[in-house]
Amino acid sequence: MAHDIGFEALAEDALLLRFGERIDGELNARVQTAAARLRERLPQLECVPAYASLLLRFDPSSWTGHDGGEPHRQLQDAVRTALGEGGTIAATPRERVVPVCYGGAYGPDLADVAALCGLGVEALIARHTAAEYRVAMLGFAPGFPYLLGLDPQLAVPRRRDPRQRVPAGSVAIGGSQTGIYPEALPGGWQLIGRTPLRLFDASASPPSLLAAGDRVRFQAIDEDRFRQLAADEPR
Amino acid sequence: MSVSILKPGLLSSLQDAGRPGHAALGVGRAGAMDGPAWQLANALVGNRRGEAAIECTLIGPSLRFERAAVIALTGAAIAAHVGDRPIPLWTCCRLPAGSVLRLGGMTHGSRAYLAVRGGFDVAPLLGSRSSDLHARLGYQHGRALRAGDVLPIGTTEPLPGLAAGEAVQPLHWGIDPRPWFDFGGRPLALLPGSHGHLLDPASQPLLHGATFIVSQDSNRTASRLDGHALRLCEPLELISEATLPGTLQLPPSGQPIALLAEAPVTGGYPRIGQIAAVDLPHLAQRRPGDAVCFRGSTLDEALARLAARQRRLGRLIEAIARRLEHA
Repeated sequence: MAHDIGFEALAEDALLLRFGERIDGELNARVQTAAARLRERLPQLECVPAYASLLLRFDPSSWTGHDGGEPHRQLQDAVRTALGEGGTIAATPRERVVPVCYGGAYGPDLADVAALCGLGVEALIARHTAAEYRVAMLGFAPGFPYLLGLDPQLAVPRRRDPRQRVPAGSVAIGGSQTGIYPEALPGGWQLIGRTPLRLFDASASPPSLLAAGDRVRFQAIDEDRFRQLAADEPR
Repeated sequence: MSVSILKPGLLSSLQDAGRPGHAALGVGRAGAMDGPAWQLANALVGNRRGEAAIECTLIGPSLRFERAAVIALTGAAIAAHVGDRPIPLWTCCRLPAGSVLRLGGMTHGSRAYLAVRGGFDVAPLLGSRSSDLHARLGYQHGRALRAGDVLPIGTTEPLPGLAAGEAVQPLHWGIDPRPWFDFGGRPLALLPGSHGHLLDPASQPLLHGATFIVSQDSNRTASRLDGHALRLCEPLELISEATLPGTLQLPPSGQPIALLAEAPVTGGYPRIGQIAAVDLPHLAQRRPGDAVCFRGSTLDEALARLAARQRRLGRLIEAIARRLEHA
């Protein structure tokens, strides 16, 4: 699996593995597999998966060869070996169900998004909950998942006037992507609903509900259920 | 034992080595913008475990120490007084109980570090006491310090050589800031970036050689550089991937952005260079309006300079520790 990876030394302590240049489920799956393998074989590295690339951060002083060889070269060889080895690769992806109360005060853009998609509100919710998503990466803010797998018919442009404050838990569509705001943040995506789950808690272990590689499904819930679940979440 | 913030200054926050290892969760490193200055401030008060210090920006805070405290100030050349008495920088100083330390403006640089013997004893998050102002992690959800904040200070042994008393008492020695602080505005070493070769022919010579100006619109996330707009031969649409402190990005405006300690963990702008890690503290010290220029460098040179600086810093920290013990 290592033969068609591009390696790029980004910084003194950073090596980028590039698998491709597209947002694509198959490419991202290769990234997640490589990240799992490297975490197992070279646990001293920090692995940061993205859509089609994997950043490795390392201590250059521990990768300098006995011959004074350049650390990125040494690391690259070790990565090739680790990815070329047979044997078990990480566990199957975790499955997460994320309950969402769609529309109303929780999803103020739902009707607009439905109209832009040429769908009724119920049909939009049905399509959004029918798909299986994959967490391609976390970024933008702690615990913010970039999800692959949005039904192409649900792709809508970002808002022309971004909101100063998007409430925590908001489930949103921006372009061909869907995501969940873990905290109250400024944001330009269209808000279609909200989850009562807490996505990120720095004092919890693990701090993030989701990790890159997880499979995610959304499940529609009503306001009563939202309040019930919200009350159960640690704050 | 605690210290109260009377006036917060322009932007003061607790910072330590930051939070490495959590970028995959969307959590950046944050941490001190000028790492060596932060480390030396701790060394000068005898802290050995990477305690958090207060990072002051452009104008420092005023603070009242409830009990006697041992402090050190490093980094930017900041005005510091207790009453009418100036407090020397790059050394350690015992302040009697009830002292009000007034930190003012900076004649050079933009970030000064105030370390206290014992460290600021706030709860760590993900292994760090750094405030991540952008991700809102750290003391009081990662906000800047405010008037009325009371920071607990860890308990320690008194420092030999600084006797108890009612007067402000600095050590009779300090360290030379010149190896650790760039007073001259040297060019910053720039490693090649993934998309640097795509700059148009007019922009190529500007990247290495032209003088840019640090914009007012700069913060702990990034320094924005004014003066020359740079252009790629043709626009480039990239998908998001991991980003790093030190990355020189080129957004469509053509105004380069140098990412700093609170760099977002992912981004999608073209990367036209990577500032050598050893020169990042010097960039972090440039003020809005200060000049920045780059010189081309290589990974080998950058690694060698970084390793040499780490050795020098390690030796100096050991020497300070020995001298404090036998003061």
